[in-house]
Amino acid sequence: MHIPDGFLSPPVWLSLDVVSVLALGYVARRAQRGMEETRIPLLGVMGAFVFAAQMINFPVGVGTSGHLVGAALLAITLGPAAAAVVMTAILAIQALVFQDGGILALGANVMNMALAGVLAGYLPYHYWSAGRLRKPAIVLGGLLSVAAGAGLAVAELLLSGVRMPAAVLGVSAALFLLTGILEGLITLAVVRGVEALNPGMIRQPSRTRAAVLGALALAAVLLAVGGVLAASQAPDVLESLAERLGIAPQARALLATPLADYEAQVFSSPWLRKAAAGLVGLGLIYGACVALGRLAARRKRG
Amino acid sequence: MHHAVVDRWSHGHSLLHARDARVKLLVLLVFLVALATARVSALTILAYSFLLAAAIAVARLPVGGVLLRACVVLPFTAVFACLSLLAGEGSRALALAVRSYLSAAAVLVLAGTTPLPEFLRGLESLGAPRFLVLVVQFLYRYLFVISEQAQHMRLAACSRGAARGPLGPDRARFRAASGAVAVLFARSYARAQAIHRAMLARGFEGRIRMLSAPRLTAADWLFLALGILISLAPLAGTP
Amino acid sequence: MTPLIEVRNLRFRYEDGTLALDGVDFELFPGETVALLGPNGSGKTTFVLHLNGLLSGEGSVSVCGLTVEKKNLAAVRRKIGLLFQDPDEQLFMPTVLEDVAFGPLSQGLGPEQAAAEARAALEQVGMAAAAGRAPYHLSAGEKRRVALAGVLVTRPEILVLDEPTTYLDPPGQRELLRVLAGLPQAKIVVTHDTLFARALAGRAVFFERGRLLASGPVEEITQRFGWAPAPLVALR
Repeated sequence: MHIPDGFLSPPVWLSLDVVSVLALGYVARRAQRGMEETRIPLLGVMGAFVFAAQMINFPVGVGTSGHLVGAALLAITLGPAAAAVVMTAILAIQALVFQDGGILALGANVMNMALAGVLAGYLPYHYWSAGRLRKPAIVLGGLLSVAAGAGLAVAELLLSGVRMPAAVLGVSAALFLLTGILEGLITLAVVRGVEALNPGMIRQPSRTRAAVLGALALAAVLLAVGGVLAASQAPDVLESLAERLGIAPQARALLATPLADYEAQVFSSPWLRKAAAGLVGLGLIYGACVALGRLAARRKRG
Repeated sequence: MHHAVVDRWSHGHSLLHARDARVKLLVLLVFLVALATARVSALTILAYSFLLAAAIAVARLPVGGVLLRACVVLPFTAVFACLSLLAGEGSRALALAVRSYLSAAAVLVLAGTTPLPEFLRGLESLGAPRFLVLVVQFLYRYLFVISEQAQHMRLAACSRGAARGPLGPDRARFRAASGAVAVLFARSYARAQAIHRAMLARGFEGRIRMLSAPRLTAADWLFLALGILISLAPLAGTP
Repeated sequence: MTPLIEVRNLRFRYEDGTLALDGVDFELFPGETVALLGPNGSGKTTFVLHLNGLLSGEGSVSVCGLTVEKKNLAAVRRKIGLLFQDPDEQLFMPTVLEDVAFGPLSQGLGPEQAAAEARAALEQVGMAAAAGRAPYHLSAGEKRRVALAGVLVTRPEILVLDEPTTYLDPPGQRELLRVLAGLPQAKIVVTHDTLFARALAGRAVFFERGRLLASGPVEEITQRFGWAPAPLVALR
């Protein structure tokens, strides 16, 4: 689910932009794996592959067909850090060239699909790829990558005050589940197909750790997503909490206000301050970018 | 290929095409933030629509084409706008529709006046992480090539789909599709290895060196200042 | 005359064990153009990838007096310009100019100088007008010429061309032939196109199943191994 611009409220898209930038800085360094820029062509080409693969239809009966999303496939074949970079590149192109997803909302989409989606898609494979659980692990990875991304997207929309009555949420959840299972099945089919052609292309994960750790990590990811979802459905809880803590009315407005009324409520200030708030936020993102780049360069030299 | 349309637009000639990618991006960001924070009223809708129309005209982009492509956001927006309407919040429905559509059109103006590699170069000089920017660059370079390959495979998979498998034609088509994707994967991977060999043969030793980015001109600075002021102007009308 | 390239008893096995090269001896002398002929899969491309160290097998390969081994790779790759069969693999930068400039930039030239050299190389192949264009907008013949510019720009002493006429229509082939014939470097041309080989090369060698079977004038080699273009007759 690519969220367009105009849906998320400024606190939501801003904070996600900042968090995504910071996370990407870390992830990009890991993806390089000390090979400087040698991996760049591979990652770029595999990104183009995913784009192209999305054109191929997988029929599922009753006249409908789905297509590959790719986060789990990339994570299994390239490793999670590289996969996150590739997914980010894909999201950037989708936003810029195809207007699929907004620009201010890019941080949110990156968080949902390139970071959480990739991680959720990778973890089952990492822990259960040896032995009988391998195939279910791959399918589960596909399912979780879609579910995590969609769950976070819904949470962000709810947090921003977009209306989603319970019935709609129920239908959406069912749809995400089905899409996720399809993604899992497609991912498995493609992984097996690739292995049949050339076993060397699927990376073997590092030595298996205890399955318990795997279950814990998965539970943590699911809880995080579920928790955000639950919290976002109860903005009044947040409001009463803010009252109890004695936070100023402006802060309350910031936390609980839906987007259209953002300026109409208590937050009555000259237009300069409103626009400046957004711009300062962008300045923060820019600053974080530059600072991270310098930090990475210094660490490499040192 | 649909992305080829925007790519074609971006190689046109106009006052906007001639501006540096960096200033265009900055003005776009200010415009988007203004759109996101402005109160949705008849005035602001008119003002921002007019600004966009003016930009499209100056950029010599096909108006119908831009307006049509911006409609990509409408299905998503329509769902949530309806939900808002049903909940009795007409203003929010309008806000969703207006903001998402105008934002998409604004991004189109940037994309339609700036070839992507130029845009990426600008991003990098503004401080975006080089590794990521270069991955996007390579992705875009091979997007068209590999998409064409996939197009051929899709046709082949479709034509082969009439085969009957034990669970019916859908199962056979599913298998043909996954086979096609697997082959596309393998070919793409092999292509990446070939590219690496070509880079080594030409002296690559770990760092991709590029030509220098163009300098900012007086016209660029002027556009930056004007663009920011004009984008923020409609906000001055609201309390 | 000392050979520019000297290969002795080169053996190479793929990862799955198949023997790709089975003891190949080869020499390239200054100023000459040699055509590598032979069936698909006979090892021609595998062989040329050993010349600049992209693959390494057993036996010895030396280029301009340098042994092709890890410590000499940078120097060897300056001496040899390799034109790959698929131009899309070689034109990996976003614009023509940036791609041709890749070689000089990688070898340490500054951006301004690299751009100047790149423009000169594009001029040489007649593609100067395409400097700002993206590779996927070019025709096969144009891509081929830009790739050639990207190889010539670093002024290698030896040119290795892998199936250069692939994807080219007859006018494209003639144009390529014209450009190549005008270049002073010693050349190795892997090709299926016998007429092309005859027009360009002074000598030919024949590969089969990883072995270099014979070396001699192009005419003689093509006749001996049945590689001469015979008129095709449609069976009715």
